[in-house]
Amino acid sequence: MDSTGDAAAEPLLEVRGLSKIFGTLKACDSIDLEIRRGEIHALLGENGAGKSTLVKMLFGALEPTAGTIRWKGQEVAIRSPGEARRLGIGMVFQHFSLFDALTAAENIILSLDDPAPVSAVAARARELSRAYGLPLDPQAHVGDLSVGERQRIEIIRCLLQDPELIILDEPTSVLTPQEADKLFDTLETLRSEGRSILYISHRLEEVKRLCDRATVLRGGRVVGHSDPRRETAASLARMMVGGDVPVVVRDKPAATREALLEVRGLNRKAGHPFAVSLSEIELTVHAGEILGVAGVAGNGQGELFEAISGEALQESADTVRICGHAAGRHDITGRRLMGAAFVPEERLGHAAAPFMTLTQNLLLSRYRTDARAFLGRLGIIRNAVVASAAKRVSTAMDVRKGSEDPEATALSGGNLQKFVIGRELDRQPRVLVVNQPTWGVDAGAAARIRQALVDLAKGGSAVLVISQDLDELFEICDAIAVMHGGRLSTPVPIAEATYEKIGLLMGGARPEATSGLPLEETV
Amino acid sequence: MFEDILITIATAATPLLLAAIGELVTERSGVLNLGVEGMMIMGAVTGFAVAVTTGSPWLGVLAAILVGAAFSLLFGFLTLTLVTNQVATGLSLTLLGLGLSGMIGESFVGRAGVKLAAIRIPYLSDIPYIGRLIFGQDPLFYVSILLTAGVVWFLFRTRAGLTLRSVGDNHASAHALGIRVITIRYLAVMFGGACAGLAGAYLSLVYVPQWVENMTAGRGWIALALVVFASWRPWRLLVGAYLFGAVSIGQLHTQALGVGIPSQFLSSLPYLATIVVLVLISRNRRLTMMNTPASLGQPFVPDR
Ligand SMILES: Nc1ncnc2c1ncn2[C@@H]1O[C@H](COP(=O)(O)OP(=O)(O)OP(=O)(O)O)[C@@H](O)[C@H]1O
Ligand SMILES: [Mg+2]
Repeated sequence: MDSTGDAAAEPLLEVRGLSKIFGTLKACDSIDLEIRRGEIHALLGENGAGKSTLVKMLFGALEPTAGTIRWKGQEVAIRSPGEARRLGIGMVFQHFSLFDALTAAENIILSLDDPAPVSAVAARARELSRAYGLPLDPQAHVGDLSVGERQRIEIIRCLLQDPELIILDEPTSVLTPQEADKLFDTLETLRSEGRSILYISHRLEEVKRLCDRATVLRGGRVVGHSDPRRETAASLARMMVGGDVPVVVRDKPAATREALLEVRGLNRKAGHPFAVSLSEIELTVHAGEILGVAGVAGNGQGELFEAISGEALQESADTVRICGHAAGRHDITGRRLMGAAFVPEERLGHAAAPFMTLTQNLLLSRYRTDARAFLGRLGIIRNAVVASAAKRVSTAMDVRKGSEDPEATALSGGNLQKFVIGRELDRQPRVLVVNQPTWGVDAGAAARIRQALVDLAKGGSAVLVISQDLDELFEICDAIAVMHGGRLSTPVPIAEATYEKIGLLMGGARPEATSGLPLEETV
Repeated sequence: MFEDILITIATAATPLLLAAIGELVTERSGVLNLGVEGMMIMGAVTGFAVAVTTGSPWLGVLAAILVGAAFSLLFGFLTLTLVTNQVATGLSLTLLGLGLSGMIGESFVGRAGVKLAAIRIPYLSDIPYIGRLIFGQDPLFYVSILLTAGVVWFLFRTRAGLTLRSVGDNHASAHALGIRVITIRYLAVMFGGACAGLAGAYLSLVYVPQWVENMTAGRGWIALALVVFASWRPWRLLVGAYLFGAVSIGQLHTQALGVGIPSQFLSSLPYLATIVVLVLISRNRRLTMMNTPASLGQPFVPDR
């Protein structure tokens, strides 16, 4: 942040009047932005405000409808990500751009311009991963990794290119607090090296802690600049939303002790070399109760979710009981028919089919449970009924979208999340199991989703929330259990739970232990 | 005798291998070209016509490769640039090839062909039992083996091969990284076409140096099945091609000997085997995930 001479004083990147129009929707509306050398610049805004669209234009992944971009004082047209990289712009995407069938090292090589051999890149990646505290096994196949582990690959891949401007689109939404801390150290090191960082995040506390300046977007327009250090998280949130952010209201838990979801002695062998095996999982969720499952990524949460949702069947029918029915041998549809609903971690591609419309996605998960409403005689789909259900969900969850019934992939991340959760809530399920309910969701929408979960429980349903976000679990749960190494602790009632206690339970789980193979394993 | 059988099997397997290795590369890039049969027959007729007219079998081979590639370029233009449905376009390419080749080849029916001479390495090809098998075959046999090895090296050892696999795995991610998805797919499709053309030339210049209408006789389809059978791995493809080659030779022999197995059953064996393999590999999710090009057959329109 030296200011010697004109060159250093002029901004690294200067954006004037940048717009992007999708059909009739102005995703970005003549945006001005200035990024100085050696600063961490926050880009804030609600879900759908246009943050990802803006940075995709800066990275050459989208073509601006209008506006100019100046890089080091020169006007440039960034037509492809390759050109952006050559200029010195690196990016970590919000929805990962990784290849499942390839190894971590291969994924990294693909984004490098110089044709270095696999072994050299793997070595450099390993070096960087150690230096920046982002453990990574270069030989692991990406398809086998958890979301958090995948993101590490993206970050390392970006750092390897030695960029002057690093764009991070919600990098911490899937990282554990420890991992995030390490990332912040990394970012601070990078800043001290004179690099600039454009940082998108919904976690306002970390923005306050890390960022030098902030630009706030609302509805595709810049609505303000601020110095995050002088603001509070609440004042930043107000600026984003343009009003007050709702607070989750939680009444005393209802008094019934009717067990709606029971898991008894669940064991599951790891399906592939990088999966975690589950051993002797026991849990009970009663009517009116919200049970939280905390834990560092990659400790078996995904496997647990699959086992409960019926994506993986159990050997004995009694291992999983839903509303008193033995569900262990039933598949996901069978379990839905017993009254359960499931929201997996990955919203695009798992919870929703990317290239199908919201209405079609709604029908896909509910055509059996709501057969009477959605299907007419001979199983003909009643399109109008399904469409009105989708509309009801969108209204209830305040899903912002560009058109009446867009494809799932056209929604911003947070809005899609609101939709997939709303789609299941709309059924009023007796049991709801959700994995990472507010990953990448803005403060307002997160409060809305949490409130919906609380309300569902209040209505007498059992809710199981798997989340890495401890604040979230403390906010809504009646008890918190911790997952570590494929085992689940006994739940700690919320009255007795403290961050220290839960942190201790998560404790043995060093992030290094999660990638399955030791880092020393070479090419 | 034994060596003769092996050589016959190699002759039956080589055109399958040539066509299939090209299709494997095409499919690894995420494009499903069902027009192999059509490109093959176009290669067969052009190869024959050019060889007979010029008297040079090598010119025939070259022409077949070019025509195969040109024919696949038509497929590429339709499916990649105009984003038509790959399955439908591939099928029509086959029909077009079969019809067009019949027309072109009309005046060549019954004419004596030119045979691509087998290689003879003195002394080595006289080694008993294996000499002719290893050192005394037609040049395209060696080409097919080298091509397989080359494809293995290319796909799994070079950066370009990695890029091609990445496009087949996830074209949206590849695009986001700045990889030119469409260009790479064009190249992969044309490689597939060139190989199919070469396979056709093998039929009309080596296998039976003659032009007969529909002389590919479903080999293009077997090649397609082979790619799946091999679960998109080149060495398995080689094994599969020889297996299928052996089955088809065995079929001829059993028919000649009058064994009571219906010939239709024997000719359906390659397809049955493919189904069995498909069932087996789909049981192993990990294997499927690692080898099947995830974006196979899916249209790609870049997000702009
Ligand atoms: N390819 C597309 N086609 C049509 N509309 C799109 C497309 N991509 C984004 N949009 C729309 O543009 C708007 C801005 O989306 P964008 O992804 O930039 O939001 P965001 O600020 O990144 O939100 P989030 O915090 O949820 O990630 C949204 O309303 C979205 O629906
Ligand atoms: Mg976004």
